[in-house]
Amino acid sequence: MSISIAIVLVTVVGLLGAIILVLAAKFMSVYEDPRVGEVTECLPGANCGGCGFAGCADYAKAVVEGKAPVNKCAVGGAACAAAIGKVMGVEAGSSDPVHAVVNCQGQTDVCKPKYEYQGIQSCAAAAALFGGPKACSFACLGLGDCVKACKFGAISVVDGKAKVDVSKCVGCGACAAACPKHVISMRTMAAKPVVLCSNHERGAAVNKACSKGCIACGLCVKNCPEQAITLDNFLAKIDYSKCTGCGTCVSKCPKKVILMPADFE
Amino acid sequence: MELGVKLASIFFSMILVNNYVLVKFLGICPFLGVSKKLDSAVGMSCAVIFVMVLATLVTFPIQIFLLDANDLGYLQTIVFILIIAVLVQLIEIILKKYMPPLYNSLGVYLPLITTNCCVLGVTVLNVDNYAADVVKYGFGFAYAESLICAAGAGFGFMLAMVLFSGVRKRVEAANCPECFKGLPITLVSASITSLSFMGFGGIIENIFGV
Repeated sequence: MSISIAIVLVTVVGLLGAIILVLAAKFMSVYEDPRVGEVTECLPGANCGGCGFAGCADYAKAVVEGKAPVNKCAVGGAACAAAIGKVMGVEAGSSDPVHAVVNCQGQTDVCKPKYEYQGIQSCAAAAALFGGPKACSFACLGLGDCVKACKFGAISVVDGKAKVDVSKCVGCGACAAACPKHVISMRTMAAKPVVLCSNHERGAAVNKACSKGCIACGLCVKNCPEQAITLDNFLAKIDYSKCTGCGTCVSKCPKKVILMPADFE
Repeated sequence: MELGVKLASIFFSMILVNNYVLVKFLGICPFLGVSKKLDSAVGMSCAVIFVMVLATLVTFPIQIFLLDANDLGYLQTIVFILIIAVLVQLIEIILKKYMPPLYNSLGVYLPLITTNCCVLGVTVLNVDNYAADVVKYGFGFAYAESLICAAGAGFGFMLAMVLFSGVRKRVEAANCPECFKGLPITLVSASITSLSFMGFGGIIENIFGV
């Protein structure tokens, strides 16, 4: 007898719960744009934050609300932008894919240590102590804050300097944001030369700290046929809207600081 | 007055002496999983406090008036699981509709709590501890006791989470041996945190004299 009461009671409790939930779902449902789900489906789902939103779902919501363009996802690239554009019924436009590049050649044998660092193994902590343990105060510290920030395993520290694996880099920019020295920047994937130095000091000071630093000699500026290079605070700076990728600067640079991507990646 | 003291002693003993996470070892999963960041630890704890009190609010009368009245006390676990699951789903729907800001901050954690042993443990232990008081002091007081106990358990959970998220931050920055990195050192530090709570044993009896 008691077992039948037990069965009935549990069944009734379960049914009541089900009814309550069904009613609640029916009367209190919140309308959600189905396109949010569809756009999220198109995205890679890495939640890297390269688009500037909190994650893929957040970006999808912004796209559907018209607050963000469809081609902001660097990870998914053009295929992803096209897929989102299809859902939203707009033209994707072109998204310029980028890669991270470490603007420094200061490996341990090139850029000597200033002092022996034994603190927390993090660039941010080391940078707070006299600008870090490297002789050049603009150099990559090689403690791997960017390695931790990279969700795609594309960065490793080789000989005390971060190195980007281009085949894995998706250009989300998480490493550039994590670097306390701002030594990582994003470059276009086109074959155009890159300045592999971030030091804004005068030539003599650079020479003292590092054997592969930009000494602001100005040879690249003088020789560039397109006038695409300027000296910005004693550091060569390439205007990529003018640069044609001819490679004159690469051959003229006495310190081998300006290189073609193929030569260092 | 005496009853008030009793309620207060229950509340504080649930936080310090009988802490659900660090002393009774319930709810270890969220304790280790969500304590990486302070924000998420606080969010999760708020959701747990909320659900613990609501679950007790519903399950205690059900135990007394439905199960015990019909001699079906052995159905406690299955019925409580059903009710807690339904309750959490319902809360999620209601929050989504009427309190979107609260939903955005708690929403991620609510489904995690649906089948959390910590919440089930609170409701079951409340019945074990305070069902006898229904005869002694009347239903109202026993009900109040169990609610206070649930709230205390929730705040105890929050204390453990917040403390431990701080501990974890320190541990993460420390330079520990390779073989201890990640979960091993987290478990070691969790056990030390738990040991430190042993020091609170007996404190409530001495303060409140119960």
